Amino acid sequence: MSEILFDLDIYKRLFEGLKVTLFISFVSIFFSIIGGLILGVFMSLGNKIIFYILKIMLEIVRFMPIIVWLFLIYFGMSSWLSLDAITASIIVFVIWGVFEMMDLVRGALLSIPKHQFESSNALALSKYQMYRFIILPLAARRLLPSVINLLSRMIKTTSVAYLIGVVDVLAIGNQLKEVTLLTSNFAPLYIYTIIFFIYFIICYPLSKISKILEQRWS
Amino acid sequence: MDFEIIKEYYPLFIDAFYLTIKLACYGVILSFLIGLFCMWVELHRFKFLRLVCNAYIELSRNTPLLIHLFFLYYALPKIGIKLEAFSCGVIGLAFLGGSYMAESLKAGLNAISKHQIEAGYALALSKNQVLYHIILPLSLRVSITSISANIIFLFKETSVVSVIALADLVYTTKDIIGLYYVTNEALFMLCVAYFIMILPLSLILSLIEKRIRR
Repeated sequence: MSEILFDLDIYKRLFEGLKVTLFISFVSIFFSIIGGLILGVFMSLGNKIIFYILKIMLEIVRFMPIIVWLFLIYFGMSSWLSLDAITASIIVFVIWGVFEMMDLVRGALLSIPKHQFESSNALALSKYQMYRFIILPLAARRLLPSVINLLSRMIKTTSVAYLIGVVDVLAIGNQLKEVTLLTSNFAPLYIYTIIFFIYFIICYPLSKISKILEQRWS
Repeated sequence: MDFEIIKEYYPLFIDAFYLTIKLACYGVILSFLIGLFCMWVELHRFKFLRLVCNAYIELSRNTPLLIHLFFLYYALPKIGIKLEAFSCGVIGLAFLGGSYMAESLKAGLNAISKHQIEAGYALALSKNQVLYHIILPLSLRVSITSISANIIFLFKETSVVSVIALADLVYTTKDIIGLYYVTNEALFMLCVAYFIMILPLSLILSLIEKRIRR
């Protein structure tokens, strides 16, 4: 009955899928942090036109569920350019992550008191130096907890890439379920429990760290 | 794009739209109740219940809805609990949303000053009366922003229920693509449907927010 829980092959197979899940999430996290920082700084520069363009784009990205975006990029674009499922999902998660990140960066930059900007102006720092030495370090402290939170949310959300046929940990779990159903009636129970805890083990430390940082730095 | 063909299948879409909204409404109401329960436990400081609530919050926050739904729909029947697809969807959504609601409500609870609660006790109100007459109205001001964000999040998250063969918008779109070979039109309708659903919702929520925060 419970031999599935101790079957090493199952874990090996699930690990194959987990690699895909983690690959998608790490690549998209990497690009979203870079893009989000750049766009966030742009957004907080005080130029009204840039601000509203970015704001509208953020709202458009936020308005539709990730699954709809995945469908749009993967099925909708398929007549013009053929992407494989992993690339399509990375594109979607990067777009989503960049805009979420941008909003966090903007919030963190706005929460920096005005006198910091003024005193760095008084020290005759250039705009680049001001951001490099004063504003970004200050913002990082406010930013880090929410960014880590976003990371755990992104890892969690990559599970929906399963719906466009990415062979991630869920897809492998479903294959295993079909195979082991022949030998054990309780197979789905065990396999879904394992996957449940795989996600939990990855995401829990991240959200815990963000909570601790938030409490310590606030 | 050829919009003539939409006439053929739009009833399917209307049904799916209705189902999605119904699902989300049940999910939001149930998750708000779960959140209230967690807040109530937090106020009363029942040791064991608090432990259970915290464990529940951590478990559901750190795992995707997709796996909750798989668990409810494919694994539970194996141990004799058979649920319909719709109730699986509602339970899954409530399980996920409940933890988010609980977090925002608890944040509101922590934000109001302790004097208010003590003043309530001094007036010889019971704990539940304090919760209902003092804490909830005061903390709602703080937590209304994140509660409305959670509601929108839950409405968007309904798109995931298509995995358990529940004919929601995403599932129907996939069906239509398969049946009529109209990828772009169907996807366009899907986007429009989500816009029609979320836009009024966020407008209404921001109006309510303004009223409460005034």
